[in-house]
Amino acid sequence: MTDAEELRSRVRQLLAEHPPATTDRTDFLKARFDAGLAWVHYPVGLGGLDAPRALQAVVDAELAAAGAPDNDPRRIGIGLGMAAPTLLAYGSEEVKSRFLRPLWVGEEVWCQLFSEPGAGSDLAALGTRAVRDGEDWVIDGQKVWTSSAHIARWAILIARTDPDAPKHRGITYFVCDMTDPGVEVRPLRQITGEAEFNEVFLTGVRIPDAHRLGEVGDGWRVAQTTLMNERVSIGGARIPREGGMIGKLATTWRERPELRTHELHRRLLDLWVDAEVARLTGERLRQQLVAGQPGPEGSAMKLGFARLNQAISGLEVELLGDEGLLYGEWEMRRPELVDFTGRDAGYRYLRSKGNSIEGGTSEVLLNIVAERVLGLPPEPRNDKDVAWKDLAR
Amino acid sequence: MTDLLYSETEDDLRATVRALLADRAGHQVLLDRIETDDPYVPGLWKSLAGDIGAAGLLVPEKLGGQGASHREAAVVLEELGRAVTPLPYLTSAVVATETLLGLAGEGGGPAVELLAELASGRKVAVLAVPLSTAPDAEPFPPGAPEAGPSPSAASDAGPLPASTVAGVADAVAADVLLVPRADGLYAVPAEEATVEPQTPLDLTRPLARVTTRPGTGTRLADGDAARTAVRRGLLAGAGLLASEQLGLAERCLEETVRYTRERHQFNRPVGSFQALKHRMAQLWLDVVGARAAARAAADALATGSPDAPLTVAVAQAYCSKVAVRAAEECVQLHGGIGMTWEHPAHLALKRAKSDQIALGSTGRHQDAIAALMDLPAPA
Repeated sequence: MTDAEELRSRVRQLLAEHPPATTDRTDFLKARFDAGLAWVHYPVGLGGLDAPRALQAVVDAELAAAGAPDNDPRRIGIGLGMAAPTLLAYGSEEVKSRFLRPLWVGEEVWCQLFSEPGAGSDLAALGTRAVRDGEDWVIDGQKVWTSSAHIARWAILIARTDPDAPKHRGITYFVCDMTDPGVEVRPLRQITGEAEFNEVFLTGVRIPDAHRLGEVGDGWRVAQTTLMNERVSIGGARIPREGGMIGKLATTWRERPELRTHELHRRLLDLWVDAEVARLTGERLRQQLVAGQPGPEGSAMKLGFARLNQAISGLEVELLGDEGLLYGEWEMRRPELVDFTGRDAGYRYLRSKGNSIEGGTSEVLLNIVAERVLGLPPEPRNDKDVAWKDLAR
Repeated sequence: MTDLLYSETEDDLRATVRALLADRAGHQVLLDRIETDDPYVPGLWKSLAGDIGAAGLLVPEKLGGQGASHREAAVVLEELGRAVTPLPYLTSAVVATETLLGLAGEGGGPAVELLAELASGRKVAVLAVPLSTAPDAEPFPPGAPEAGPSPSAASDAGPLPASTVAGVADAVAADVLLVPRADGLYAVPAEEATVEPQTPLDLTRPLARVTTRPGTGTRLADGDAARTAVRRGLLAGAGLLASEQLGLAERCLEETVRYTRERHQFNRPVGSFQALKHRMAQLWLDVVGARAAARAAADALATGSPDAPLTVAVAQAYCSKVAVRAAEECVQLHGGIGMTWEHPAHLALKRAKSDQIALGSTGRHQDAIAALMDLPAPA
């Protein structure tokens, strides 16, 4: 069993052998991975030490104090939060050792080819086909809302391998090479003017069977691992009071007395309280995880933040009055990173509309809370035992 | 670091209190009691305060208490809120006790003696201020010094009139009233005061009009020390009221979920309709937030954090709303049955609505936040 003291001594050794000041960033990250200090709860040889997950905070704090570079978890969020846990759970030894290190180091960006034009909240209705051809699978179809597709080297992909089975049972999970000539990525311009998402067209894309994760037809279960990790990927970071959007609004309020009205004051205080309580809820969740008592509160966080971000940024536009009528720029850009709190109030307001849609709509998450946490009965369904090919589309 | 979890000791205490209340203060018992003049369940205070020792949680052992903290008292209040129990716990074991603790630093004296009696549950004391009094309010009347028992303090203006305070919670159960007067805080035996019951919205927390005459009682502290102590008592009360509101909200949600799973309409459990599921899921999210806020307030009080006034104001501003929403949803989602006297939902609604005003309204606590966080109103 690895304890905090042993981890500290490993960190000291890493720092001694690869002084951050004189070591190339990528070289340092590779050395950190090889020392088992990337994600300490991962297996030995795959960036970890089989240590309790809670001890990661010890490593991160020591390295941050020493000024070591981090792996920019925001830029590689999909790889870290979603692809990696799925690769770990379902990948062969070859797959794990091939993909995890460049993923964690940030040399290879990942994206997620799940949603389709006809399969959003009803993800299991997807129609992208995968047909076996010798040692390969041949993929044809269209995906949408794909963040980072324009910079991704690899993708996690779910596709239909058995149209005769009910929709949840005919899906298989793959790792897709985004450089394959059959992959075409087109920017999808959105409400903010940017093209942060993409459409991805897959035409005769060949994926070796060795890049299949889990059994043929078992892709829905594999995808659950991905989706559960998507919603639990918060937790590590502690947010200071007034961190996030409420801090922007409070700063504007303090610096611009001429904008204040009594009505806006009341709404500001309402939202300030809600934001502080959301922060405390996140802190409580973090403490539960550290204490080994993970609760269902994780699903609460995304719902709460979506609602709050929308309300806070909306109020900020109103507070700004004449300035709120203006917008920074509408030029279409393709950002590598989404910065929810960056740019101006108008951007924050528009971008926050996505917070209640991306990664599971608020409506779907409320259903999940109602059914899995509160134990309320599911709505009647008429699609469970019908072959996918016979469903109305 | 703020500890927002529950310890094993706290979980054990919760189980003990919950079992006691389930055994002795079930809904039918409460419904029967509120039809009488006295809503308190006979013997229940002695069991909770004396046998379990819950009344002395805030009091150090050397002063006759359990030497626990606000964290444990908060757990007791969660359970009292869950069961909407009529007991003078918040008023005596928290507000009055914490006020006296604010005076106990000087060593012995009448405050310390009274504290030991409160901690053991032998006596009940309440602060003679309206239940709505916020922690930053000024409950001390202006005016001439008390024509008190000390001859040197005698006033030339002749005997002062008796003073009356309305809306004093649990005064009908009190043995001692802590009375703020112009020159300090007095402990007045209940038999020397006039306590006239009022008809409360919340049938499980009796209110009364309390009249005391000058010259009665014992002076516990003079002006400044008394003010500081009373503010401390009210702050602890407001902070721990959030836990009562949390417990109430959680119970309302549980009962609503249970009912809507069983109740069938249109050949389906009504709880399977998405419109209702989303409302209950949203309420669950609110309760999750209320738990974090209430725990933060209890922990800040327990550790004497300088952040306590802000954390308490946040907890009050948030948990008040959640408790009222949970009780209102409970009534609505129970349909017609939720409107009946027989169903206990109304007890929770009346408590929640009354708690929203108790110890400072939402707006009052928001104003405190605005001042503490430099978010001023328009000039």
